[in-house]
Amino acid sequence: MSFSEYFSLLFSDYTLRTISLGTALLGAICGMLGSFAVLRKQSLLGDAISHAALPGIALAFLITGAKDSNVLLLGALVSGLIGTFWIRSMVSKTHLKSDTALGLVLSLFFGFGMLLLTFIQKQPNANQAGLDKYLFGQAATLIEKDVQILLLVTTASLFILLLFWKEFKILLFDVEYANTLGFNTKLLDILITFLIVLAIVLGLQTVGVVLMSAMLLAPAAAARQWTNKLSVMVGLAAVFGAFSGVVGTAISASQNNLSTGPVIVLIAGCIVFISFIFSHKRGLLLREYKFLQNRRELHHNKTLLFMYDIAKDHTNIGHPHAIKILNNFHGFTVKTLKQLETKGFILVSGQDWSLTEKGYHHATSMFKKNEIENVNTTN
Amino acid sequence: MSTPQIEIQLIAVVVAIACAIPGVFLVLRKMALISDAISHSILPGIVLGFLITHDLNSPLLILFAAIFGVITVVLVEAIQKTGLVKEDTAIGLVFPVLFSIGVLLIAKNANDVHLDIDAVLLGELAFAPFDRLLIGDQDFGTKSLWVMGTILISTCILLFMFFKELKVSTFDAGLSSALGFSPIVLHYGLMSVSSITVVGAFDAVGAILVVALMIAPAAAAYLLTSNLKKMMILSILFGIISALGGYWLAHFLDASISGSITTILGILFLIVYLTAPKKGLISVLIMHRQQKKEVMLLTFMLHLNNHTETTERHINHLNEHINWHKINSKKILDLALKNNLILINNEIVSLTDKGQEFTNLAIDYIVTNTDEKIEHMKDDFFLFRG
Repeated sequence: MSFSEYFSLLFSDYTLRTISLGTALLGAICGMLGSFAVLRKQSLLGDAISHAALPGIALAFLITGAKDSNVLLLGALVSGLIGTFWIRSMVSKTHLKSDTALGLVLSLFFGFGMLLLTFIQKQPNANQAGLDKYLFGQAATLIEKDVQILLLVTTASLFILLLFWKEFKILLFDVEYANTLGFNTKLLDILITFLIVLAIVLGLQTVGVVLMSAMLLAPAAAARQWTNKLSVMVGLAAVFGAFSGVVGTAISASQNNLSTGPVIVLIAGCIVFISFIFSHKRGLLLREYKFLQNRRELHHNKTLLFMYDIAKDHTNIGHPHAIKILNNFHGFTVKTLKQLETKGFILVSGQDWSLTEKGYHHATSMFKKNEIENVNTTN
Repeated sequence: MSTPQIEIQLIAVVVAIACAIPGVFLVLRKMALISDAISHSILPGIVLGFLITHDLNSPLLILFAAIFGVITVVLVEAIQKTGLVKEDTAIGLVFPVLFSIGVLLIAKNANDVHLDIDAVLLGELAFAPFDRLLIGDQDFGTKSLWVMGTILISTCILLFMFFKELKVSTFDAGLSSALGFSPIVLHYGLMSVSSITVVGAFDAVGAILVVALMIAPAAAAYLLTSNLKKMMILSILFGIISALGGYWLAHFLDASISGSITTILGILFLIVYLTAPKKGLISVLIMHRQQKKEVMLLTFMLHLNNHTETTERHINHLNEHINWHKINSKKILDLALKNNLILINNEIVSLTDKGQEFTNLAIDYIVTNTDEKIEHMKDDFFLFRG
């Protein structure tokens, strides 16, 4: 199937439409809530919780014996929440740091989950097959009911986010202030954590345990580069997430043997990479350009100051001087002279240069500023 | 016990020790999650190695995997250095991307070969004894044991050679570089050792168990002691106990050995976490309660000190004035009485000489505000703690 074929099929093929819609919704909700996780410095919570959900899935299966995905997700949600709050209490009550707490919950819960899964596999129950789709994720198993749940959760969390928007915002940036204003920060904290855990658990079926953290992080990390405004960031992250979901599904559907989860993550990774480099606010390219610009400016100013030094003793500042006398001054090139001329600071005629009125003023003010700074630093 | 059983337990123990040693330093340096990242991102290295050699047992696989482990660390640090995102975000971005590349490489090129992601992630210790090191026709025992044994011995040699450098750079990077030990060299050395250990171990026990074996024993030991050497010994001990206990649990339940070892590790850690003296959850909660009560006692004494008039010092008045519940105020009164800090005459509370002295010192403390002093003071004055 080719790429364009995919898009025509998107509207006619039922399964493909369901899956694309599912991954898009998942990307959107992960981006939205991931923004909060990233800003709260809980980026790796997604990794820990997705692993911690496994014993919940296995236990839910053991107890009910049925493979209803809602029941399993409920189990995942409960064990994910237990994991989250254990991490919290470890960090606040003991001197273990957050990285250790995250790593502990991640590996211990997951190991216990594996024990249960292998235990289940030995049980005489025909239903057990397919539990491991939660390990690596299979977008192809998304059915309409899953998409409905995704839609429901997305709308609900969007509603809650909008309802408590300013509370969440203040909680993010200044907890103490929120406390003094009388907001119940503990409850708000639990609410947003609950939503994040919910999003993670929903993503398990589609992208799996390992890649879930990237689903949560990547869109938010990319969106962060383009804006300093929370609302714009959340919106952008949702768009990035949905975009990677749809494009990832398209690519994996158009090729043989490409699982959807990894492709979605790679697309999201590309978006992050592009954002890192090309962002108009903090991008690396912009930073490099500014750095070069600053350096050039510095060169010009140094040359101009040197010229000023020569010219200031003359009564006529426009008195021409030979270019030759600049030779023992480093940092001057023919190029800088030309650029200074285009700025209107000097005039070059033949082998001579002379300061213009404008250049002289610029140099004087710069010189004075230098003097003041020198005095300030020596004091 | 049959030979394979002994061999499996031996491998588990060697892996546990080999993981515990770098794990202690990772936990102390707040880099515990790097082990998780490495254990996932070595996948493309293994796949590349396999695509080149077409042999799952080639040592080139381990080399490639270790290289990818170091690449992960370098990438994480490079992203972090740009200042665009925080360190944990950088880790969270790098390893899923590398892991995805690995998964897709398998799907595209090696689908027909036995290179399961399941096996890579979870490992199966039970099969380790079947993978034997054969030189000619001679059987030299299991291969994993040789690999992990070599890694363990080299780790131990490096540890003994660089113990004091590692110690200094872990606790005081500034002092370490001032003394001429480059923290960067030690950092990358530790990272290389960790990544080789992860690679060697995960072949036998799987990625997740490696992470558990690195972090959990060290974290449990950290709750029990503040001495680096004791911490290392304790975490090695925890590793060994869970390796052996886990094997027998798996034997009993007929379940995955890695999963059982992790479960035992989890139970061990949970017990230590709850009951560790001083740093465990229970003692921390008791200490919090005690301190709360003692702060209340202090407030009460200051109040008495401030008021000479008897109406302010009447027992019934205290309840409403300091706004405590009846039960609380009774507890505080009892504590103060037991410690001979107050006298009650006709329901009027007054400070004893000892109480007066304590209060004066407490005011002094509040003014100068040095933390150690108040604990010291409490030891001097209190017969009974809160």
